[in-house]
Amino acid sequence: MVTTTTGRAWGVAAAVLDPELPVLTIGELGILRDVVEDDRGRVHVQITPTYSGCPAMETIREELVEALTRAGYWHVDVEFVLAPAWTTDWMTAEARTKLSTYGVAPPVPRPRAGEPVLLQISVRCPQCGSLDTQESSRFGSTACKSLWVCRECREPFDHFKSH
Amino acid sequence: MAGLFGYTLALADDALISAQRMSWWISRAPQLEEDVALANIGLDQLGQARLLLAYAGEVEAAGRGEDDLAYLRDEREFRNVCLVEREQTDFGVTMARLLIFSAWQCELYAALSRSADATLAGVAGKAVKEVAYHLDHASRWVVRLGDGTDVSHQRMQAGLDAEWPWAAELFDDAFLDTGLVDSGVAALPSSLRDAVDAGVSAVIDEATLTRPDVATHYSAGRDGRHTEQLGFLLAEMQHLARSHPGATW
Ligand SMILES: [Zn+2]
Repeated sequence: MVTTTTGRAWGVAAAVLDPELPVLTIGELGILRDVVEDDRGRVHVQITPTYSGCPAMETIREELVEALTRAGYWHVDVEFVLAPAWTTDWMTAEARTKLSTYGVAPPVPRPRAGEPVLLQISVRCPQCGSLDTQESSRFGSTACKSLWVCRECREPFDHFKSH
Repeated sequence: MAGLFGYTLALADDALISAQRMSWWISRAPQLEEDVALANIGLDQLGQARLLLAYAGEVEAAGRGEDDLAYLRDEREFRNVCLVEREQTDFGVTMARLLIFSAWQCELYAALSRSADATLAGVAGKAVKEVAYHLDHASRWVVRLGDGTDVSHQRMQAGLDAEWPWAAELFDDAFLDTGLVDSGVAALPSSLRDAVDAGVSAVIDEATLTRPDVATHYSAGRDGRHTEQLGFLLAEMQHLARSHPGATW
């Protein structure tokens, strides 16, 4: 068994799209934790949920199995791991740019240990770029998003919460 | 005495039953944003419950999975505290309860994230970040309503008075096999009391409310003795799974 972040199986797995934010791959989101393949075409994948109740995990599992099977692996198993807990710090720079282009304000850097978890930080409007924005609801359309409104262009937008 | 199975089940049931009560608010909250917020909070709690139930099933090693434990146990086999099972059709009551419950979950999960049991530590390490949001949400509402109009102040105080007497059970050590605490697996319930008390009291002060001076209710949900309201909740929650055994989506 070989663990790799550059092998073929990793590449296939990492390209699976997140069902709730279909511009991002699970590799970019940091959900994909580990891919182990052997020379007999078997592959073991570890993924971690963003939130405990994330309803997308089952879909992601099915899509991983499908994508890897299509890529020629005959035995695919997908394991959910919880520790270390997922954090938006694992999201890649490309993911942040893609999110913003998609109309979702990307997560801002998390406060360091000891600082209040919910420190208020300005969030940039993905439509017009203004920092004059306001949170209208801490909870949005999915567990990982909150709802904001821009005071400059008056448009509402989703913000991927720092977590 | 609850060993690892009973302890995990108790924490799972707290989260599961709270989630079920929270879902009652969907389509009934005072505003659309609140509808979404309470649904999300319920979903987080349900996610925590599922992970804990699945683990409890593994520990028990009797072939029961998360669905069996959620849908096929009777009232007497549920181990949640009575605090979370009672109806909450008043928004003030819901926010008072969420304040107490999420303040307790924050301390509990923070302690358990250092558990000697790797699975409990993993579940808690994820959940602690989620319940911090719940606590923040409840705190903001309690302050806004408590320090609001005469009517909102009075109703928020009434909610707090209604929920406060049920909080004691969260800190009761009696159900737990203390060996689990000695081995660093479980958090001793009474050890969480001061921190929860301090956090909740600070919010109460900021909200210009009064710490309730009321007697503690006797409750023994951890031993499976529940209020009559749990039966009605389970009837609704378990109806589908029991009417159509083995049904899948
Ligand atoms: Zn704007």
